[in-house]
Amino acid sequence: MKIFCVGLSHHSAGVSLRERFAVEEADLTVSLQELRASAALEEVVLLSTCNRVEIYGRAGDPADAARRCADFFRTRGGDGADFYQRHAEEGVRHLFRVSCGLDSMVVGETEILGQVKAAYALALEHGATGRVLNRLFQQAFRAAKQVRSETGITRGSVSVGSVAVDLAEKIFGDLALCRVLLLGAGKAGARVARSLQSRGVRSLVLSNRTFNRAADLAGELGGMALHFDRWQSALPDVDIVISSTAARGRLLSSEELRPVIAARRDRPLFLVDLAVPRDFDPSLNELEGVYLHDLDSLQAMARQGMAEREKEVERCERLIAAQVAEFQQWVQQDARDGRSRIGAES
Amino acid sequence: MERYLLAGSTFFYLLGFAYSLVLLGAGKFRLGRFNLYAIAGGFVLQTAFLYLRGHAVGRCPITNTFEVLVFLSWSIALAYLLVGTTYRMSLLGAFTAPLVFGLQLLALLWPTGQSPVRQVKADGWLELHAATSLVAYGVLALACVAGVMFLVQERQLKMRVPGSIFHLLPPLTTLTEGMRRLLWLGVGLLTVGILAGFFVGVAVGQWKSGASLLVWVIYGGILFLWSRNILHSHRVAWSCIFAYGLALVTLPAMYALGGYWAK
Repeated sequence: MKIFCVGLSHHSAGVSLRERFAVEEADLTVSLQELRASAALEEVVLLSTCNRVEIYGRAGDPADAARRCADFFRTRGGDGADFYQRHAEEGVRHLFRVSCGLDSMVVGETEILGQVKAAYALALEHGATGRVLNRLFQQAFRAAKQVRSETGITRGSVSVGSVAVDLAEKIFGDLALCRVLLLGAGKAGARVARSLQSRGVRSLVLSNRTFNRAADLAGELGGMALHFDRWQSALPDVDIVISSTAARGRLLSSEELRPVIAARRDRPLFLVDLAVPRDFDPSLNELEGVYLHDLDSLQAMARQGMAEREKEVERCERLIAAQVAEFQQWVQQDARDGRSRIGAES
Repeated sequence: MERYLLAGSTFFYLLGFAYSLVLLGAGKFRLGRFNLYAIAGGFVLQTAFLYLRGHAVGRCPITNTFEVLVFLSWSIALAYLLVGTTYRMSLLGAFTAPLVFGLQLLALLWPTGQSPVRQVKADGWLELHAATSLVAYGVLALACVAGVMFLVQERQLKMRVPGSIFHLLPPLTTLTEGMRRLLWLGVGLLTVGILAGFFVGVAVGQWKSGASLLVWVIYGGILFLWSRNILHSHRVAWSCIFAYGLALVTLPAMYALGGYWAK
């Protein structure tokens, strides 16, 4: 098998190093052509994301081609980086693990699959791939699909923002009809609000003691600013309240919320308290139709999500091993049939 | 033949129940089609049983406790296959399987009524009344199941760190909508059943009429209070469970007193 992979990732290099070797989207096409010419590659796919830059190739002399690929990176980004190389079966396994999110910084994340697909599509479009890499990448996508559907590697949320979104979706289902109220102009609250916006919430209202900061953030997030002395008036109309103010006391008590709940006509209310000290009285969670989570519970859920994913890694590895074996069988069958040079050589 | 069909359908329901139980116990429950296929398999065999039994008794096969239990279990499976999947509440199958299995097992263990006894042809209104009412009970059983699911999911959402079942249950709003639609459908069918009962050509006792109307009034009351914002989803879910418990208690009394159900 003349397949290999050369690159660096978050495992082997810090961000300052990775950014030096990252290939801009606009340069990808030219880089593919350069690589094919300079490293004598028969087939090549170049993957460049914020966490990794890797070349997957096939060449008559893979060891020499891998060395040339490392030189290609050094020419662009300079010295100081140690590029890993994965050859033959290890290279195949590496691609499958990357596609399945097992090699990602956040294990099980699914964004990487889209990035691998895009890198492959670009190489295919420019004729940089042939029969072997086409088969290899198609099998990688199948492996990713199988791992995603047959294991819990993508289940659970692993950040405070995604946990909040997960909870909101388990309360409201589709978030497209949800209105969000953000109290405080802190970074943590804005991050959660952005996560919710990415799921298409209907509207966002911001309120802060300093109105101008609320207005600035509202401009940035595409929401509407509200004076802080009037935020409670918005409660009957919103579905999710995220709070991260620096208030010393509680902003909302059960006595204040009870009449609001009655006026909401059986619509649930999700309260996300990111403040320390907490903004919402913990007893609010006992009210019917009110779901309160604070920073501790969100972080505990994120940790639990990560632990659950790590437990699934072993099952994923078994599925990947089967996919690698299947690919090897294909290569061997190909060799027996004498239908390709790579097959004949292996 | 009949007994084999019934035993086969019970086995299918047991499979669905056991599969869910094992996976839930292991904390590895995944949404899948196994429950759907198990319930569908059980339903097909049950339908065949009811068809043969109907021919044997010469009318709708709800002439004794044994048959009513099977028919009720069949109605729940029917409601699940028609309604449950539509609302994409796949886990409903995990909750439905034990219910239909339990009813079916109870039927199999019931000491009387296992052998068919040829009956005189029943009044058409009486058959419509009895069959529609039982299907309504099947639909309301699913409303009860949706209520249980709502309370479980609500509890998960109130916990600081929810358990693994949290990821498998549908959103609260979906369950609320499911309860609403199942209640309307169940009450609609009950209404048809009660109206058909007025045209039945046999005398019906006060107790029987009273019990039927009581169940109808309770369910109608839940819907009315919910629509007036007096009851909220949490209490509606509990109401669905208690109301169904009551309906199940009154069911044997109603049929025994109604004359259709022969002892």
